[in-house]
Formats: sequence, structure tokens, C-alpha cells
Amino acid sequence: MNHWLVFAARRLFRFVVSLFVLAVATFAMVHAIPGDPVRVALGLKAPAALVTAKRHDLGLDLPLPQQFLDYLQRLCTGRLGSSLISGLPVRRLLSEQLPATAQLACYAFLLAVLLAVPLGMFVGVRTRNGRARGTEAGFVTVTGFFSVIPDFLLAVGLVFVFAVTLGWFPPAGLASPVAFVLPVLALAAAPGALLSRIVRVETRRVLDAPYLRTARAKRLPDRLLYLRHALPNLLTSTLTMSGLILGSLLAGTVLVENIFAIPGVGMQLVQSVLNKDYPVVQALAIVFGGAALLIHLVVDIAIAAADPRSTIRER
Amino acid sequence: MRQLTRPLGLTTLVLVSVTLLLAVFGPVLWSARADSIDIDAMRQGMSAAHPFGTDYLGRDVLARTLVATRLSVLLALLATVLGAALGILLGTLPVVLGRRIGGLVVAFINLTVAFPGLLLAIFFGVVFGVGADGAVLALAVALTPNFARLTYTRAVAVAEADFVSAARLLGVPRAVVITRHVVPNIAEPLVVNFASAIGSALLSFAALSYLGFGVQPPSYDWGRLLNEGLPRIYTDPASALLPGFAIVFAGITFVLAGELTARLLTAEPPGHRAAPRETAAPGEPEPGGEHGVLRVVNLRVRFPAANPVCGASFTLHRGEILGLVGESGSGKSVTGAAIAGLVPHPGQVEAERLEFDGEPLDPARLGDRLAMVFQDPMSSLNPALRVGRQLAEVAEVHRNADRRSAMARAVDRLRAVRIRDPERRAAQYPHEFSGGMRQRAMIGMGLMGEPRLIIADEPTTALDVTVQRDILGLLREVRDTQGTAVLFVSHDIAVVRELASRVLVMYAGRIVEELPASALDTAAHPYTRALVASSPDLRTDRSLPLATIEGRAPDATEELPGCPFAPRCSYADERCHTELPAPRDLAGHRVSCWHPIGALEVRA
Repeated sequence: MNHWLVFAARRLFRFVVSLFVLAVATFAMVHAIPGDPVRVALGLKAPAALVTAKRHDLGLDLPLPQQFLDYLQRLCTGRLGSSLISGLPVRRLLSEQLPATAQLACYAFLLAVLLAVPLGMFVGVRTRNGRARGTEAGFVTVTGFFSVIPDFLLAVGLVFVFAVTLGWFPPAGLASPVAFVLPVLALAAAPGALLSRIVRVETRRVLDAPYLRTARAKRLPDRLLYLRHALPNLLTSTLTMSGLILGSLLAGTVLVENIFAIPGVGMQLVQSVLNKDYPVVQALAIVFGGAALLIHLVVDIAIAAADPRSTIRER
Repeated sequence: MRQLTRPLGLTTLVLVSVTLLLAVFGPVLWSARADSIDIDAMRQGMSAAHPFGTDYLGRDVLARTLVATRLSVLLALLATVLGAALGILLGTLPVVLGRRIGGLVVAFINLTVAFPGLLLAIFFGVVFGVGADGAVLALAVALTPNFARLTYTRAVAVAEADFVSAARLLGVPRAVVITRHVVPNIAEPLVVNFASAIGSALLSFAALSYLGFGVQPPSYDWGRLLNEGLPRIYTDPASALLPGFAIVFAGITFVLAGELTARLLTAEPPGHRAAPRETAAPGEPEPGGEHGVLRVVNLRVRFPAANPVCGASFTLHRGEILGLVGESGSGKSVTGAAIAGLVPHPGQVEAERLEFDGEPLDPARLGDRLAMVFQDPMSSLNPALRVGRQLAEVAEVHRNADRRSAMARAVDRLRAVRIRDPERRAAQYPHEFSGGMRQRAMIGMGLMGEPRLIIADEPTTALDVTVQRDILGLLREVRDTQGTAVLFVSHDIAVVRELASRVLVMYAGRIVEELPASALDTAAHPYTRALVASSPDLRTDRSLPLATIEGRAPDATEELPGCPFAPRCSYADERCHTELPAPRDLAGHRVSCWHPIGALEVRA
């Protein structure tokens, strides 16, 4: 138990330090913008008085260290400011848009993992020791194809086939549960294909391991052989890969939301960057960055929990 | 270079050439057509004049897509080159800066790698501004962490490699070490990473342009064309699908190019040598005596490329410890695996007779009557499962025991193999066991049932000498208390001599001699003699060089007409090279040799 406390404390510390680096980075982002961000955002024709007022509102007229401290304080208390363009508080924007994005990413992640792990294991078992070469070639080709096609182009293809031509699914929005199908498919396809390939290779590696020969020598039924003896040894690599998948889904949602016109944070991000709406971009950077860090933390802990050896290895 | 003529290589070369040709000549050939505005033909669908329709200014979509190749590829290339340069610079910093500041840089690299590149590019787009230049910079920065991490990890690995230390010890100057040893070994993975990074940069750039962060009108790349075409997907799908297709095409091309580069730079795998052969093994006389635990007549194991066992016959009696010795590759381990039904696919096992416990051997019905102990106790236990669990499941599966009584038996068996504190040990994972304890646990696992036979495949080879004695003693004890027969497979003739009562000597897939362990010094087969002579024991005169067997054992793919040992045998004559010797019974011996040493030949 002691191991676990030390381990958790260390990881948590690393997480907090990373969050701090993220805060510095987002603060630096606004100050790295060439010229005056408020002037850039409001346009050249905006009256000087308005620009000065906005600068004062944002605290941009204070000395830098003071600004940074204020920024940290605002972050800690959750005051994220408001949009330069619409004047709406960023918190309200987030509370309206975050659920759609989170749902999309979670469904896509679940679909990818739930499909890829059994499929990869099944094909790995079938193609062990050079058996079933036809299955192997088919699997490698199909998953190779899907792992290369970027999600936003697959989205275009899906819209064309299933929404425009066949009319089975709505081409945009998230009004009904069916509307989730195409965007989730578009998001899940590439990471799912990639994950299933990795699971297959790992399955074959594990099936060749001496401890699986021991299990066979005990003449265990296939069910125990694959589920009890092989599966736990696949977990580390699967979890590592899953973390990367979740991370890449964050970027994927930005594109897919734009193609399916889904009102999520991804769509908001694109508009805010194009409109140079810095407070919103800053807040979204914190949200996306924080999510990536959180995924990293969760995966680290999950790997440690899944592998009996990892707590010992941890220095 | 053979990779280039294989299907993957050829396809990749063709795709890369097409892409590069389009990038170079596309704008020259179709620029005029792509830029000619035709107000009368705005937003048209497919037609003979415009196979993929026209855009909002009546410009031909096909021509524009072809022309856009140059800009799309060029921008991706630019971003990758810049990203690689920045990454390599950042990655070498920790090596140059020393431990403390270098550590900070490494932590920073690891932090940034966790972020998806495209998101980084979008956020950096805020700083660098919207447009092609800004997008190139943003994408370059997004690609940097990957190159940095690869550079750093490779540099550290190479700097710690033996050949670099050796060069340093030899006094090779630092600059020479870096240019001759370090750089080439870092360059290879970087080149591979670079090739595949172009593909992902191309896709990312298309995404950025599609979102409106990249190329701005009137310039256009594929992403920009997709951005213009997508809103019309209902009316003229071709104008959205064509640029999409172009992006996928180029993306796949560069991913394949990355794959090909990787294969070109890594060593070619050796081709398979297929040499299947028919063996007409001589029908051997039936071994006499009472029916044993195991009876094997003319066992053969075939693989497509080799026949590791070609005609082995022997009998194993109740409570007997039978040694099976031979050099590596002689087929002794495969013989053990064949009996247990563990020969891997596509190997095939055949035998005139294969009887276990008086009935034909059926691996599916062996249950827990046959147990195996393998060479490497470090990897033979499942690292993810508790040791007790791995023992208990044998009773659960084969004896229908419930979880609790199975675990009780597991603890009892661990105690039986003299593991101290078995209750606590049963709840531990294999990595918490020492090597000798794991091997004892493996034997305990075999004792979960009441095995009639234990096949021990080099069970002591991976252990140090004191632990070896321990394991041998344990096997003897099991034999004494339970009457279990043991087939002890080993290359170590000294160990076999100590443990076994009878010894089978295997060479090139055949059993060349069968004799009592006590008679090893007076063996009849020249090979057995050589094997004994090359194995030192306490009586060996250490002032003389240790005897070795000249030449090497034939590998299982070779076809030899005569005695397989003939090429290495000093007694061999013409007959030995042309005719396979049949096994003959001498006094207490069976030997397959035309010239048995010092034998008072007694024909059976």
C-alpha cells in the first residue's frame, strides 16, 4: 500500500507541475502575438478609447509579473474571462459546448477499444505461427487502409455515402442519437484500426512466450489460455496505446465537429482562432491541454495498476 | 535493394514518382486551365469539359487539384524539414547541456510529446498568424517534440553502447567518436521518421487549410480546395471528393515511402531454406520387457523446412529417470514436445507407436498425468498471474476442484517442493520469486495431479550450480515418493550421468545409442565417447586441453545418405558415408554404428 501512496503522490506532483507549465505556455501565447492583441482582435478601425478600455479590462496595462500572478489567480478560481467578440463569459461557452465534444470523444474511444481489442486478439490467435495467411493479408490491408485515412476525410466519405447518397443518417448536428453514428465512426476508425494491429502483434508475441507454452503444457482449455493467460499480458501495451488514442481524439474532434457542424469546443476553437478571440483561445488551450495531461496521468496509473511488476520498477 | 523489386517497393516507387512528377509539372501543364475564370460555368457538376465540375468562379476542379499538388507537397516538405531541424537541435541540447539543465529539457520534451500535434499547430497558429507561412511554422513546431525525443533517446542509447565505450577506451578522439559512431547510428531512425513525418505533415497541412488556418485565397492547396468544395457535397460531390482523394492518395504514398525506407535500412530477413525429405527409417525391433509408462516407436517430427526428429524409439518404465542427451539441434527438445503434444504449427508428429500408460497417446486426454518443466524458469511462469493461481488452475481444470480446495492443494504442493512459507508465496507474483524457487514452483505445478511422467527439458541449465543440485534432488525425491517416471532432457552429460539410470544419446534427429548411465565411459558409439570426453568432471586432467568434437552437427535441413556422424567421426569408412547403420543390441546396449568401439559383439 505504501508503494501506491508514494507512486500516486509523485505522479500527482508531476501533473501539477505540468499544469503550471501549461499555464505559463498559455500566458506566453498571448504575449507572443506580434503587436497588440486587443488591437489585432478588434481591428484597425476600432476606436482608440475602446481598445484602451479593453486593455484595461484584460489587465494588459499592468506590469508583466503582476499580469501573470493575476492570471494564475484567475485560473485557480475558475474565472476564465469573457470573449472579446461576443462578450459572453468563457465559462458559459464551455458549459454549453464541452458536453458534446466530451460525448463524441468518449463514444469514439469506447468504440475503438471495444472493437479493436477483441478483433486484434482474434486475428492474432487465428494467424499464430503463420496459420490462416488469407485472414492475415485481409486484416493487414483493411486496417492499414483505415489507419492511413485521416478522420476528417473519412468523415467526408461517410457523409457522402451514408448521408447524401443513402440518406440513412443526418449529415450534420447532434440533434438525435442516430446523428452520433457517423462522427463517432469517423473518429474511431483510424485509432481503432491502429490499435487492433498493435493488439494482434502483441497477441502473437504473447502466444510465443514460454509462459504460454507452460499453460498449454497444463492442457488448459482455449478460453483460459487466451483470456486468463494471454489477455493480462496485453494490457500494458494496449493501455499505452489507448492513451495516445484518446489524445489524438482531442485533435480529431476539432476537425470532425467542423465537418458535421457540431456545436462543440472544437468548432469554437476554430472560430476563436480565426477571430483572434484570445481569451477564448487561452481558455480552450487550458481545457485541451489539461485533458491531454489528465489522460496521461490516468494511463500511467492504470498501467501501474495492471502490471504487478511496475510498482517495483518505479524508482 | 531487393526490397525495391518487391510488390510493396514497386508500388511505392510508382506512387512517389507520380506524386513528384505532378508536383513538378502539374502547374506548368494545367495552370492556365486551373486559373481561367468562366462566369458562365460557375458551380457546375460533372461534364465532358469539366470531368469533376467547376468551382464558384467556374474554374476546372480537376485542373486545380492537379496544380495544387506542388503547393501541398512543398508545404508539407518545408514543415517537416523545419520540424526535423528544430527537433534534432532540441534533442541534442540535453546531451550538450549536462545533467541538470538537460534534465529539464528532457522533461519539457516528454511533456510536449503528450499533446496531439494538430492541436499544437492550431494553437501556434494564433501566434504565427493565419496563412501558409504561419501554418508551416506552427506545423514545424508541432513536429518538433517527436524528432527531439527520437534524437535524444537514440543519442543516449548510442552514447552508452559498448562500441562507443570501447572507442573511448582506445583513445579515439571525441570528434571522431561522434562523427563515426554516434551520428550514423542516430541518422537511420531519423531518416525513417522523416519519411513518415512527411506523410503526416501533408495530412495535417490539409486539415489546417481545410479549417481555414493554412493557405489563403487566391493560393490553393488540397485542403483549401476541400474547404471550398465541401459545402457543395449535396449538389456536386465530385468537387469535394476529388481533393479528398488527392489528399488520401498522397498521404498513403508518403506513408508507404516511410515504410519502404524503414525496410531498406534494416537488414533483409534470410530466406527460407525449404528442403523437405522423405526418411525411410528402418523398422526397429520392438523393445522388449514389461509395458512402460511411455512407449515410443519410430517417432518422427516434420516441419516444412526440416525434420528435427527422424525415427526415435524408446521405452520409459515406471519410476525410471531416463536421460536424453545431445548437442543443441539434435532434436531432443522436439522429442519431448512431441510426446506432450506441444510441437508448434506447422510441425507434424508421426509415430508407428506412441503409447502412454498402456494406451495410445492422445494429447487432448493427457490431463494432469503428464507434466512438463521447462528450461527458463524466469519466463515460463506467467508474469501477470499469482503463482498460487497458476498452480491451482490445474486442479480446477482437470480435477473439477473448487477455487478454495484447489488453492489449498496449490499451497500444499508448494510446501512439497520445499518452498518456505507457502501461503504467503502462493499470493505472490513470479517476479518476487528467485530462479530456483520458480523452477521448484514449476515442478510443484506438475505435481498438482498425480503425474505418471514428468518431461523436464533442460530444467537446470539456466540455474547456478548450487540451485541445480537442489532441483535434481527434488526430481529424484518425486520419483522415489510417487513412482513418477522422468524424461530428463539435457545437453549436460555430467548432470545426466548423476541423475539418470539409463541414457539415450541423440544425434541429428536419431537415437544413436541407448545405454546404462554407469556405462557411459565405455560407450560403444564414437559420438557418445566424444560427448563424454568433452564434458569435464573432477577426474579430468586439467593440464591437458579439453577435448572437443571436430566439425559441427548437421542441421536438420541437410540430407545425408549415411551415418549422420560420419563426417566428424575418426572411425568412419566408405560404408559409413553411404549406408545408415541400423540399431543393434550389444550387452545391455543398443547402438547404431558400423564400428562400435571395443564391443564384444553379441548379435541379438
